[in-house]
Amino acid sequence: MIPAKFDYIKASSLGEALTLLQEHGDEAKILSGGHSLIPSMKLRLATPSVLIDIGGISEMNTITEEGDEIVIGANCTHHQIATSDLVREHVNILSQAALCIGDIQVRNRGTLGGSLAHADPASDYPATVLACEATIVAEGKDGKRTIGANDFFQALFLTALQDDEIITAIRFPKVSQGTYQKFFQSASRFAVVGVAAIKKGDGVQIGVTGVSGVPFRATAVENAYDGTSSAAKHAMDGVDDIISDHFADEEYRSHLARVYVKRALEAL
Amino acid sequence: MGTFIGKPIKRREDARFLKGAGRYTDDIKLPKMTQSAFVRSPYAHAKIVRIDTTNARNMAGVVAIYTAEDGCGEYGVPCGWQVNFKNGETMREPKHPLLAKDKIRHLGEAVAIVIAETLEQARDAAEMVEVDYEPLPAVTDPQKAMDSGAPLVHDEWPDNAAFDWCIGNDRAEVEAALASAHHVTEMEYRNQRLAPNAIEPRSYIADYDVNAGKWTLYTSTQNPHLIRLLLCAFVLGIPEHKVRVLSYDVGGGFGSKIYHYTEEALLTWVSKEIGRPVKWTSDRSEAFLTDAHGRDHVVKSKMGFDKDGKIVAHLTDEYCALGAYLSTFAPAVPTYLHGTLFQGVYTTPLIHLNVTAPFTHTVAVDAYRGAGRPEATYLLERIISKAAKEMNMDPAEIRFKNFIPPFDGVNEPGYQTQVALQYDSGNYEAVLKRGLEMLGYEEFRKEQEEARRNGKLLGVGISTYIEGCGIAPSAVVGSLGARAGLYEVGAVRVQPTGKVSVFTGTHSHGQGHETVFAQFVADKLGIDMADVEIEHGDTDQVAFGMGTYGSRSLAVGGSAIIKSVEKVLEKGAKIAAHKLEAAEEDLEYAEGKWTVKGTDKSVSFGDVSLTAYVPHDYPEGLEPGLDFSSFYDPTNFTYPFGTHIAVVEVDSDTGKVHLKRFLACDDVGNVMNPMIVDGQIQGGVVQGVGQALLEEVVYDEVGQMLSGSYMEYAMPRADDVPMIETDRTVTPCPHNPLGVKGAGEAGAIGSTPAVVNAVVDALSHLGVTDIQMPLTPQRVWKAMHA
Amino acid sequence: MNISITINGKLVTHDIEPRISLSHFLREHLDLTGTHIGCDTSGCGACTVTLDGQAVKSCTVLAVQADGSEVTTIEGMAQGDQMHPIQEAFREHHGLQCGFCTPGMVMTAADILKNNPNPTEEEIRHGLEGNFCRCTGYHNIVKSIQHAAEQMKA
Repeated sequence: MIPAKFDYIKASSLGEALTLLQEHGDEAKILSGGHSLIPSMKLRLATPSVLIDIGGISEMNTITEEGDEIVIGANCTHHQIATSDLVREHVNILSQAALCIGDIQVRNRGTLGGSLAHADPASDYPATVLACEATIVAEGKDGKRTIGANDFFQALFLTALQDDEIITAIRFPKVSQGTYQKFFQSASRFAVVGVAAIKKGDGVQIGVTGVSGVPFRATAVENAYDGTSSAAKHAMDGVDDIISDHFADEEYRSHLARVYVKRALEAL
Repeated sequence: MGTFIGKPIKRREDARFLKGAGRYTDDIKLPKMTQSAFVRSPYAHAKIVRIDTTNARNMAGVVAIYTAEDGCGEYGVPCGWQVNFKNGETMREPKHPLLAKDKIRHLGEAVAIVIAETLEQARDAAEMVEVDYEPLPAVTDPQKAMDSGAPLVHDEWPDNAAFDWCIGNDRAEVEAALASAHHVTEMEYRNQRLAPNAIEPRSYIADYDVNAGKWTLYTSTQNPHLIRLLLCAFVLGIPEHKVRVLSYDVGGGFGSKIYHYTEEALLTWVSKEIGRPVKWTSDRSEAFLTDAHGRDHVVKSKMGFDKDGKIVAHLTDEYCALGAYLSTFAPAVPTYLHGTLFQGVYTTPLIHLNVTAPFTHTVAVDAYRGAGRPEATYLLERIISKAAKEMNMDPAEIRFKNFIPPFDGVNEPGYQTQVALQYDSGNYEAVLKRGLEMLGYEEFRKEQEEARRNGKLLGVGISTYIEGCGIAPSAVVGSLGARAGLYEVGAVRVQPTGKVSVFTGTHSHGQGHETVFAQFVADKLGIDMADVEIEHGDTDQVAFGMGTYGSRSLAVGGSAIIKSVEKVLEKGAKIAAHKLEAAEEDLEYAEGKWTVKGTDKSVSFGDVSLTAYVPHDYPEGLEPGLDFSSFYDPTNFTYPFGTHIAVVEVDSDTGKVHLKRFLACDDVGNVMNPMIVDGQIQGGVVQGVGQALLEEVVYDEVGQMLSGSYMEYAMPRADDVPMIETDRTVTPCPHNPLGVKGAGEAGAIGSTPAVVNAVVDALSHLGVTDIQMPLTPQRVWKAMHA
Repeated sequence: MNISITINGKLVTHDIEPRISLSHFLREHLDLTGTHIGCDTSGCGACTVTLDGQAVKSCTVLAVQADGSEVTTIEGMAQGDQMHPIQEAFREHHGLQCGFCTPGMVMTAADILKNNPNPTEEEIRHGLEGNFCRCTGYHNIVKSIQHAAEQMKA
């Protein structure tokens, strides 16, 4: 399997990457870990004529503590996130989610920013990003902006990122208690259902991935939460656009969502 | 047990594999070699309206592009086995064209091949070949393929049947016995379609030497000689002695690399056209679409019992998919490799199986690890466990009640089944007893009750299988429709220094022949293993052999080698007698030397070898040399058997099955290398677990494949399975010199029903009696809530 | 594009199309055919090598992305005739049959043991989730890695 021809440019700084992206417009794709992009290019499902490799931009490869937030560079790999002491201590749920992704080799290459920008509806991070109310930091020709988790995921494989923007970092509020519970699709090991739940005061915040074309906050559960797991029955209230395939049809997937929300609430 | 036989000798193949120095076909690069890429149909059934290669031909690096209109259109790959209709009508047998002409009959069928200097260029140009199709309705389900009005795969025949077939007792007699049976258990299900998925994709290099007028075909095949024969005599019409087929290291086969594929023939043809070597290596997407699949039987079955739980009759009707074209062994799989095992390990007095085998708009279905026997075993072992439940009997008890009593095939005769075969030797009670012991069956049942009280869904499943392998007597398979003999060849060439080269017509693609064959040859000759080298996979070196499949290598191939070893020793004794000035009958052979009985006068194997090639002082009238080739054609198949037991826990919320333990007590006859036998069983078991829980090729209504990559086709990974606990009993095969039966497929045959039985057992108190494979969490959960 | 990669300790400089994956580069341009391609889309793990010390699926890394890096392939594991303890352990415990997935298994095992010198059976199985083996049922692969862990501690 060989991708169609393309030009490859390795950006040495964010500024350079942004300039290149502006220059090449629709023709270009950003290459980070490449673990979604390269296979789809090999299958010739994606045929960008320019790849802008941001993998070498070291300013996007750090994990830092900034007040009440942990700031994770978009280039951080799943392995970095799973094993970072800062993440483990302050946003443990994120390291749990990172450890559920793919396998050792995939975690060594795949990045947080890449995964979020790709917005695969069965990917793991969105549930945690939503539950934690993380903010996505993006930069484009008009400068830097932050996008709230709730506004970020817009449709199947579609986010609030503009064509000229690159995710540079994700800011996670510190979380005292959180859990990520996942039901694995047996072939791809992506999430049939992934539920992230965190404690916030007396309440909970719950993000759900895998179930719908767009990951969502289980607000009905959050509203009904009474300290027990009984609110889990509301996990699918108001959810449409439910994914159906030969591993899980709508009925079963909806059932799993309720089960995994319950498990998440019990694990909190 | 000898010095080497029966010992867990470490494999001599391993060093090269572990260092990355294996020689798989795709590793080979020849001077001036070109690369190729196929243009394949995105439809399962379509008319080809137009193919335009103009733009593609102008692409950089393109050497040639061929469609069916470009000279190769007349060639087609034949089938190797003929099964005629019950009414005597000849099997319908379309030639499988090397490239599709006018019509597409399955997704991924090739319409053009692009040859270029590099793989990148070949792919780029293939993208530029324009093909217009007119899509047509397709049928992929074997039962629906027989509905009136179903889309026809081949327009020349009035329906999709390739043949129909039956075996066993008179149907009316079986039906009558069922009608008067105390209890009848019924099952309807689909033994789902599987993709073999050897991790090495198929790979071929064809190299035509214009000066010598000879071809060399490097191919990832399990059976080089058969490929050469089919290629030369039945496809391209080229002289067999002008073709050398080489199959070095092959990365797994599981059946999928037995067959002669169209790509092999096409590349061979192309190489002469362009006068250069040409390589093609399948990618994984192509493998899903074009490697022969396995299983795909739609089954309807009834088994009748008397009031004591003894089986009185068994009647089954099946629709078995063949795919769009008949692959090499395809007709044999749902018939002679399947129906002949319907006796199982039980004394069932009346059996009838009826098979309808239609063409479908899918890739071919052929032998996949076990080939017909897993399908038979699945049916028998599921239905008997289902019957036990219905009759309120223990699944072990019902089996003990119905077992064929032990027989060794020497003092007691073989067991004549109702379905043509005569079993060689067996002790079925022993393997079940041992299996139950390994688990601690009684204890487990108590634990299960306790678990149920605590709301846990724990289950145990038993399967006691028999299989027929060591395939097998040429006259028998010939009478059953095989177009080839199924003997094996083995040559022993003793070199002047006493070093030994062994040539076998079998092929090793993971089984460890280089080690195991050297073990018994060294033992029989009383020499060091290091002095024995095993050669295979080269049709120029080895006489016409039949390759490796059907767990036949040791039972048939090993026996051929033994015959040659015996000839070496026989002739060696003549030379030794001459050297020792003694009579042959006064000599004994041990530890690599001939000794005059009762004396210390001896001559070594090495001395005799040298004398054979330097025959200065030599027996009168005896030919020089010590080099023998033998063909071994066995008198019967071999019949390994065993008990597999699975313990599962089902997640009551999700239906997910956790395989907690897997125990296997197998009897594969005598064991040459226990380490390798255990490895074969462990691997086979996990493949069978894959069928039970994970694997399925899914086509939609228009024949698109929904499971064409590792993102959708689930196979067992390391964390899906536990350690496999193995033990064995030994009931030697009475009719081959090593007493071996074969171990390659047993694991995959016994394990699948054990796992499904365990899951159904775990859920039986919820009223679950059957679940369609694979037992995905969704299917299990839905069964629990049906 | 011109790239320089240190492969098994040797600096290699090559002019290469950006679309060539590291696996393809190793096999076709450097004749390091021990790295195998089973699926080419990061599903099977046969192509696993280490890139700057970490196991990666070389089919899903472009060769140009590896520019300036250090790569170890299966050919770089043994020191002359002396096999790496992981390789030795696979031989000792029959951790391979057809040998095709083996290089990827060995390279992945190296990553598992680097990060966790005392893995449990469960941790080993979890660590191998990105590598298919169709022959062994994983039983002896897990045993091999357990044995290698003991040997490497000793």
